[in-house]
Amino acid sequence: MTMIFGIPLQAFLGQLLIGLINGSFYALLSLGLAVIFGLLRVINFAHGAQYMLGAFVAMLMLQYLGINYWFALVLAPLVVGLFGAIIERTMLSRLYDLDPLYGLLFTFGLALTIEGTFRYFYGSSGQPYNVPAALAGGTNLGFMFLPIYRGWVVVISLIACIGTWLLIEKTKLGAYLRAATENPTLVQAFGVNVPLLLTLTYGLGAALAAFAGVLAAPVYQVSPLMGSNIIIVVFAVVVVGGMGSIMGAILTGYMLGIAEGLTKVFYPEASNIVIFVIMAIVLLIRPAGLFGRDA
Amino acid sequence: MTDIAHSAAKSATGRSATAARSYAIFIVIGLAALVVAPAFFYPIFLMKLLCFALFACAFNLLLGYTGLLSFGHATFFGGAAYFTAHAVKEWGLSPELGVLVGVAGAALLGLIVGFFAIRRQGIYFAMITLALSQMFFFFCLQAPFTHGEDGIQSVPRGRLFGLVDLNDTTNMYYFVLAVFLVGMLVIWRFINSPFGMILKSIRENEQRAISLGYSVARYKLGAFVMSAALAGLAGGIKALVFQFATLTDVAWQMSGEVILMTLLGGIGTLIGPIFGAGLVVALENYLATSQFPVTIVTGVVFMVCVLLFRRGLIGEFYASRLGRRLGFEHRR
Repeated sequence: MTMIFGIPLQAFLGQLLIGLINGSFYALLSLGLAVIFGLLRVINFAHGAQYMLGAFVAMLMLQYLGINYWFALVLAPLVVGLFGAIIERTMLSRLYDLDPLYGLLFTFGLALTIEGTFRYFYGSSGQPYNVPAALAGGTNLGFMFLPIYRGWVVVISLIACIGTWLLIEKTKLGAYLRAATENPTLVQAFGVNVPLLLTLTYGLGAALAAFAGVLAAPVYQVSPLMGSNIIIVVFAVVVVGGMGSIMGAILTGYMLGIAEGLTKVFYPEASNIVIFVIMAIVLLIRPAGLFGRDA
Repeated sequence: MTDIAHSAAKSATGRSATAARSYAIFIVIGLAALVVAPAFFYPIFLMKLLCFALFACAFNLLLGYTGLLSFGHATFFGGAAYFTAHAVKEWGLSPELGVLVGVAGAALLGLIVGFFAIRRQGIYFAMITLALSQMFFFFCLQAPFTHGEDGIQSVPRGRLFGLVDLNDTTNMYYFVLAVFLVGMLVIWRFINSPFGMILKSIRENEQRAISLGYSVARYKLGAFVMSAALAGLAGGIKALVFQFATLTDVAWQMSGEVILMTLLGGIGTLIGPIFGAGLVVALENYLATSQFPVTIVTGVVFMVCVLLFRRGLIGEFYASRLGRRLGFEHRR
């Protein structure tokens, strides 16, 4: 058997794949956080809860309406995005003039409420969501066994990340968004409906989180706690990447996911905390974050 | 160098002579209530309340008086609970020394976390403290001395100074009350010192404080360590009261809870967090007997507070007509 650094190649590649999958979720989530923060100046603590909502909506759609994975992949983000837009319009938008910390505290309360509600109805244990038939099974690549669904997650989240990046960097709507990030008053004076833009942005961020949630449902189990477990790690990712750049958020997400996966191979005890350790080191060397502009 | 601090203090005292008298009256009433309270309420409940009140006031030192939102204060509270429990149970230290070990440990943790966190501001500060406290949580989950999911159980209360038996609930209550009062006195003295004035100036306008020549980072770190040590005092006492230390105390939910207490009572008011803590503890006690989950209530209260009630209970009272007539003034 081939060995790499004294570790069987199979195990090494297996953990690398898991790292890549975790990295995909980190990238999707930190991307959404960065988009929301860029325009709204709000750190969306409810991002984890919206990710969890995505997974639950997909599961409930399957259970009660018989809607399959493929439709859920489109519908669940729409539902959660709409929910996010309503929250933004009715409540979050009242906090823009205040210290950004209030936005963080509000979304923290929102996250607790959503998580608490689902825990009340569904308990803390996870529920399975089956891999769709078309993506079941695996394929032998010769050097490792690849479960098809995991490969799919990596590919589709890369596409979603690049798609969002293109939307923001290359389209007219994205140009408005970037302009409003720089100077909302001026953009408003040019006749762009900035409040609507803010609502759309928050909805988009929530939808991205829900999309990640649907993707995650067959990999992990659908559980009310899945959101708060991941959001704190994503915060660390965001601190490392800095929220100044969309591409930075994506790259950092993948990098840290892979770093976490590799730690599992070489020193499993530290795999829970490796991202936080990296965060501390980055803070020492480059306090503004790897891709950050603002301190 | 401390001219500004002095003049601010002077004008504050000039304006609030009535407030000083009102404060004095409230303090006397409050003290009397705390002394006779065990006759009316379940002492364990009161002790829990005092622990959390001190914790919230320590937290408020940072949020209310320095403008730094720490999302990881559970680390210092729960960390100290572990240290005290370990020192008393495994090393056989007396309770007062055990609590001191907890305070010292929390201060050290505060120094480490603060060292990293003050490198960034505002929202990033909150995220860094949260991430580091999650790291500490995983450390406590795996470290041998914390006994993982079980926590440190049946911690002996021992004899205070080798004399007073703390297994007696009444003795324990007055010991907790004394520690609470000492903690409050330290906080009061701290925020009214020149150091505290400089912290307030950092809160109001950090750039200006820098341009006036203050080494802002050092003051922030000082405030952070102070706040951590006092949170540790609360945590150490809590370990003795309940005779155990568990992962609940270091989890992020605990950090959220102390924020809620402070927000509910009134950010930046000296006594607000005490009332906030009282309300949250009472609410949790009440809900514990019902089927309804605490998290939902906490979450909704959080949202309502942020949307409609940002001054908190005491802040609203200070700003109300009665409050102003009594000479209070709510700034911020």
